Amino acid sequence: MADLSIVFAGIKAPNPFWLASAPPTDKAYNVVRAFEAGWGGVVWKTLGEDPAAVNVSSRYSAHYGANRQVQGINNIELITDRSLEINLREITQVKKDWPDRALIVSLMVPCVEESWKFILPLVEATGADGIELNFGCPHGMPERGMGAAVGQVPEYVEMVTRWCKTHCTLPVIVKLTPNITDIRQSARAAHRGGADAVSLINTINSITSVDLDRMVAHPIVGDQSTHGGYCGSAVKPIALNMVAEIARDPETRGLPICGIGGIGTWRDAAEFIALGSGAVQVCTAAMLHGFRIVEDMQDGLARWMDQHGHRSLEAFRGQAVGHTTDWKYLDINYKSVAHIDQDACIGCGRCHIACEDTSHQAIASTLKADGTHAYSVIEAECVGCNLCQITCPVQGCIDMQAQDTGKPYMNWTQDPRNPYREAG
Amino acid sequence: MIDALNHLPRPRAGADQLAEAFSDLAPPLTARQAAVESARCLYCYDAPCVNACPSEIDIPSFIHRISDENLQGAAERILSANILGGSCARVCPTEILCQQACVRNNAQECAPVLIGQLQRYALDHADFTEHPFQRSPASGKRIAVVGAGPAGLSCAHRLAMHGHDVVIFEAREKAGGLNEYGIARYKLVDDYAQREVEFLLGIGGIEIRHGQRLGGNLSLAELHGQYDAVFLGLGLGAVRQLGLADEDAPGLLAATDYIRELRQADDLAQLPLADRCLVLGAGNTAIDMAVQMSRLGARDVNLVYRRGEADMGATGHEQEIAKHNQVRLHTWARPDAVLLDDAGRVRGMRFARTQLIDGRLGDTGETFELAADAIFKAIGQRFDEQGLGDPLAAQLARDGERIQVDAHMRTSIPGIYAGGDCTALGQDLTVQAVQHGKLAAEAIHAQLMLNVEAA
Repeated sequence: MADLSIVFAGIKAPNPFWLASAPPTDKAYNVVRAFEAGWGGVVWKTLGEDPAAVNVSSRYSAHYGANRQVQGINNIELITDRSLEINLREITQVKKDWPDRALIVSLMVPCVEESWKFILPLVEATGADGIELNFGCPHGMPERGMGAAVGQVPEYVEMVTRWCKTHCTLPVIVKLTPNITDIRQSARAAHRGGADAVSLINTINSITSVDLDRMVAHPIVGDQSTHGGYCGSAVKPIALNMVAEIARDPETRGLPICGIGGIGTWRDAAEFIALGSGAVQVCTAAMLHGFRIVEDMQDGLARWMDQHGHRSLEAFRGQAVGHTTDWKYLDINYKSVAHIDQDACIGCGRCHIACEDTSHQAIASTLKADGTHAYSVIEAECVGCNLCQITCPVQGCIDMQAQDTGKPYMNWTQDPRNPYREAG
Repeated sequence: MIDALNHLPRPRAGADQLAEAFSDLAPPLTARQAAVESARCLYCYDAPCVNACPSEIDIPSFIHRISDENLQGAAERILSANILGGSCARVCPTEILCQQACVRNNAQECAPVLIGQLQRYALDHADFTEHPFQRSPASGKRIAVVGAGPAGLSCAHRLAMHGHDVVIFEAREKAGGLNEYGIARYKLVDDYAQREVEFLLGIGGIEIRHGQRLGGNLSLAELHGQYDAVFLGLGLGAVRQLGLADEDAPGLLAATDYIRELRQADDLAQLPLADRCLVLGAGNTAIDMAVQMSRLGARDVNLVYRRGEADMGATGHEQEIAKHNQVRLHTWARPDAVLLDDAGRVRGMRFARTQLIDGRLGDTGETFELAADAIFKAIGQRFDEQGLGDPLAAQLARDGERIQVDAHMRTSIPGIYAGGDCTALGQDLTVQAVQHGKLAAEAIHAQLMLNVEAA
């Protein structure tokens, strides 16, 4: 079987599956259960200065798909609500009992050097493998000048990162907030401050739904609500893009990335790794299904690697980064056309109506003798947009087939139709 | 009618046990089941299920609305196409209609969406506080509808909606037709058929006069003279005969007569029980009869059909129900003689074995006998000619024995329309009758409005 072990920013772990800083890593009881289940590491839920934070009752809400399938969760929970002393004692014991697992401690203290100078030695004394700076929490803490309030100002990110590198010998992972316009600015700032790695994304500002009877958003606290941090499967596309942006940014090239955001299966993890992540963090999937999912994730990833001849994660890490580029470098001459497998088609007509109403009128509907309809692609009209393939309920029924146009690669910077093309 | 069976014993089971045996054969979906099932619908475009529904219900739309937790919207979508959607949800042979056509009804997709069950769910839980359809301003037109079965009720409702006043003439004590008198009790339980009629009448403008029988105290000529239009929604009142001696002997009767009695019975324990029972025929009525007798407690229920299993009129689903209820099927056997005991009552039947000879059914020469306490005929119903006895009615063009109609349900006599089982158009199904009634109402409305404009 493939070797899933990693060394990430100098931190060793038997596998790349870490639990993110969140309720599942709040205390020794949970973390020990996670390690027993097979997780390669955990990021202990964010520690802060005493007195500990106080949480409200009613903390999560969800965005559902069909059949109550959870697409994403929103939470308004703060950092740990237990004392620093209890957390440090438990961290020390757990690390002692589980020396082969990665144990990272998430931290968030006020944006003054003294606060960091105070807490960092205490954390280092626990034997933890590294620290993660929580610059991402989007709810509650920013109102107190912490979390995303720091992460949204690149100068603060750089400054605090530098303090940590100054007052601590442990690897420093800077966790980035997605609630910004350009993730690269945050990553570059962390890099300048001397960060050993970045982890992303933290949760996204969100309101999941509104109770229309009570006219209050979820989650409901009394008769009020507030925005929370969105996570889970729905945020994966946003996270993948941000990871890719950093991975292909020349200024941060080589900076280790720990991928976070909607990872629930081995395939999700493999995709983050293909876009440059050296480790991944999971939270929502574990909160929905328990820690046991890590077994399936390890098994699936290892088998896929075996089938593709990847002996280690490094063998395929970042392989998709080079294929991710700016729009202007895409091949204007590339053409694909939809093809419908008539044997697989169940005749639902979704491809037809999607194309007819909202796209290019490229799928013909033909009434058959038995009253049902047959659907076929009008190749001359098809622009290869993929919409029919997306709406088709049958996997593999619609195939987007690359056409041999006989034309060479040409991008927009070279295209004669581009009035601003680069001089030849 | 049950006089013919009065000599038989009564069911052994207690009232509770019998009530259980005749409760919903297909229990209603729970909210959770409806949510899961509605989410399975792929929301097809030009959906094959709609194409397969005789009443053209927009199935993807109503299921989508269930999934969206808009049950009233779902119910209105159903009722706008089929005002008897509640009973159709229960009695339709969905396995040969919408659910057979469902794109998920193939090997790759495992199973069709439970369209009938979802339709029932939407209508059971819509909780309308007032009738969902409003009447148009009064047209001043009056239309006579003969027969308060599915075709007549559907026609009346649509006409009332268009602002016309309707009088329904019904021979029996209750409205509903086969829903009230002819459906297996476990398919349409309690007083649902009556509640549905009440709901339908909630639109207003419809009067039902009972005890009115065409060819009896009612003549088509009079109706034609007194009303702006007439719709004939007559059922199939007559039962086919075996053509054997002693066909009137105690112990032998039409399955439809027994089923009607069973549906009307307040106390199932008072019904005569044919412990050894023969049912002749292989359609859904035959199955309904056999299964109901089995559920009353009969130990030996035999269904005898003159052809093979592949020729049976009952759907595969119905045949499965029969098997699950210990009904024994005998094929390739034709009734040959009614066997009587000394008191002149049915004691069994002799059958002639049949076979296909050059594509025609013939006897093999072999016979056999089956003992029985009662024999039920379910070999088909016929159009009752007596109804069309008056001079005007006699002029109606016929299609075989039934009334000839065009695609707009117009008969050969202007101003007279017909639909449902008394016509040969489409299948003999409740849902088909509802569609006929609806189409006829639209045609009547269009014609009457045309006349108004011309005037």
